[in-house]
Amino acid sequence: MIGISNIIFLIVAAIGIGLFVWQIRKIRKNIQLGRDLVLEDNPSERINKTLLVAFGQQKMFKRMLPAVLHLFVYVGFLVINIEVLEILIDGIFGTHRVLGFMGPFYDGLMAVNEILAALVIVACAIFLWRRNVSRVPRLATGVEMRAWPKMDANVILITEIVLMFALFAFNIADLKLAELKGHELAGAFPVSSMFVNAFGADAGTLATIANVGWWIHIIGILAFMNYLPSSKHFHIIMAFPNVYFSKLVPKGKMTTNPAITHEIKAMLDPSYQPPAPEVDAEGNPVVQRFGAKDVEDLTWKQLMDGYTCTECGRCTSVCPANLTGKLLSPRKIVMDTRDRMEEKGEHPAIFRPNHYKEMGVERVETTDEKTLLRGYITPEELWACTTCNACVESCPVNIDQLSTIMDLRRYLVLEESAAPASLNAMFTNIENNGAPWAFPASDRFNWADELYLPSKN
Amino acid sequence: MEENKKLIKVPTMAEMAANGQEPEVLFWVGCAGSFDDRYKRVTRAFVQILEHVGVKYAVLGTEESCTGDPAKRAGNEFLFQMQALTNIEVLNGYNIKKIVTACPHCFNTIKNEYPDLGGNYEVIHHSTFLQQLINEGKVHVQGGEAFKGKRITYHDSCYLGRANDIYEAPRDVLAALDADLVEMKRSRANGLCCGAGGAQMFKEAEPGRKEINIERTEEALATLGAEGVIATACPFCMVMMNDGVKNKEQEQNVKVFDIAELIAQAEGLTK
Repeated sequence: MIGISNIIFLIVAAIGIGLFVWQIRKIRKNIQLGRDLVLEDNPSERINKTLLVAFGQQKMFKRMLPAVLHLFVYVGFLVINIEVLEILIDGIFGTHRVLGFMGPFYDGLMAVNEILAALVIVACAIFLWRRNVSRVPRLATGVEMRAWPKMDANVILITEIVLMFALFAFNIADLKLAELKGHELAGAFPVSSMFVNAFGADAGTLATIANVGWWIHIIGILAFMNYLPSSKHFHIIMAFPNVYFSKLVPKGKMTTNPAITHEIKAMLDPSYQPPAPEVDAEGNPVVQRFGAKDVEDLTWKQLMDGYTCTECGRCTSVCPANLTGKLLSPRKIVMDTRDRMEEKGEHPAIFRPNHYKEMGVERVETTDEKTLLRGYITPEELWACTTCNACVESCPVNIDQLSTIMDLRRYLVLEESAAPASLNAMFTNIENNGAPWAFPASDRFNWADELYLPSKN
Repeated sequence: MEENKKLIKVPTMAEMAANGQEPEVLFWVGCAGSFDDRYKRVTRAFVQILEHVGVKYAVLGTEESCTGDPAKRAGNEFLFQMQALTNIEVLNGYNIKKIVTACPHCFNTIKNEYPDLGGNYEVIHHSTFLQQLINEGKVHVQGGEAFKGKRITYHDSCYLGRANDIYEAPRDVLAALDADLVEMKRSRANGLCCGAGGAQMFKEAEPGRKEINIERTEEALATLGAEGVIATACPFCMVMMNDGVKNKEQEQNVKVFDIAELIAQAEGLTK
């Protein structure tokens, strides 16, 4: 039976989904600000990695407690979405528990849903505790963890709890109504049946509660979906493509710039013919910066990293520089990249909330330059990196913080010659003696002098 | 004792090529192995092992030059490629196919970054090489210093571990010593950097609370207890851990050795 409420529902759902698509397109545009990069090799290896790291949460299990709690929320999200599908169908066609015809399977599904929903509430409550009461350092501290990122995490957790309570309210009222009418409700409800009398036995009140619970759940989901692009919670979508496109070669391999290779080959061999430079649409040669000064100098994958970051701080908590009090925080590098992208490109976020910079800066002395380098990320942070890959290893969604740090460093050295003096001295030594220290190249083989082996007899 | 030892004449590629010979493996010594006084001892220990097992090897001698790793990690891609292309020309000129090196930075650079520039070789780190020698029974680890019961903790090099997923080879080598191997809390993929990677070796650290090598040394000392050995497999780690041990005034109780030195000692090659 299709009535006025179905039409209202259709309108609400259409607005919610439309707004979401509009935001996604803006984010897509932002990511496309980045340099081209083809990452289509080894699809089977990429799929395997996605199954393990993204679907399977493999890297989460380096830390057991958050891994298990996160698994509750993650599986809860996946499974409860089947019920959301039912809610959508019911909403459009005015049906009631349209999937109920599946009998025992539906019973099982509803029972699993209820248990998961309860676990989601428990997990989110513990997460709130960890953030606000026990204040786990990686979640509660760091210059990049300003007002917005902190509030964002709490908003997400509280919303999830409210959504689960709405689901329970709907189920409890529905269950009691069926009981009053004396017929069996499709599905099994191990949690709601314990609280079946929570809302009394007045049919009118119960119908209202079921209705309100249903609407809060569905509107909550639509609102939540539109909140995602403004939130670290966007990782629930981006984790999958980001892992798929992550680096397959050994972590120690850094990119090689072919433009530089051609330049050097031409220097070493005057007969070498470098390929014609790339030209833009008007036929002008594309002048490529060496390294990265701003977001458009990074690749689209490095920009995608920014939208995938869940701000969990695992990277920063294992960074040797950060652990010993240096300014560098890999999480900040990734969050800065996203914020600068939104400043320069589109503001997909309804509230443009990721931008925290105006709130004042404690220790990181940025300049007013409207670029990622210096405007957000300072040379002091970049020079503190030991390229140890601990951040990359720790990231549950395969963000490559190090590649961005390296590209920014390259800009400092190749375009500005702005390396610390001691590194310039090291460069000079390599140029002159073929070693980073000031030893004459002719002494290189002196280590072999007067070397003996005990004879065997 | 003079009559009980034989002088090693380390063969160079230039000599081999002049005699129309090719080595099984080129030993890439690296800058630290060539110039750093402490690490020269590791180079010498490794050559003693090579001679002892009779591997047909050679070095480039004065023809070797920095791989470019510190330049690349410091952002100087231009200088890196200059070094790389020059080295590749030398290596390809000698038709080199297999390279062993004791430096994880050289290892990573030649293995992972030279192929893009036309240098394709089978590159192995000395930890893997030693592991193979032990597995093949060519090194028996007897006749020298006994390590039984000695506490040894292995410090993972980032460029061997996370960068190239080599965690077990150096541990297998140490296991052959029959010592008491103890692991630091942060080890393998979670190992803490010594603080020297990414060209930090050649500059002062940024302002902070503490030096990274002190943080790591404290962890190693806490793991070892009163005395023992910190085993490394990287020249930069060795410098950093040595400095850390000195800073903590523990050099009497805790020694820092490269895994090749420990094998050479156990095999009785350093007498």
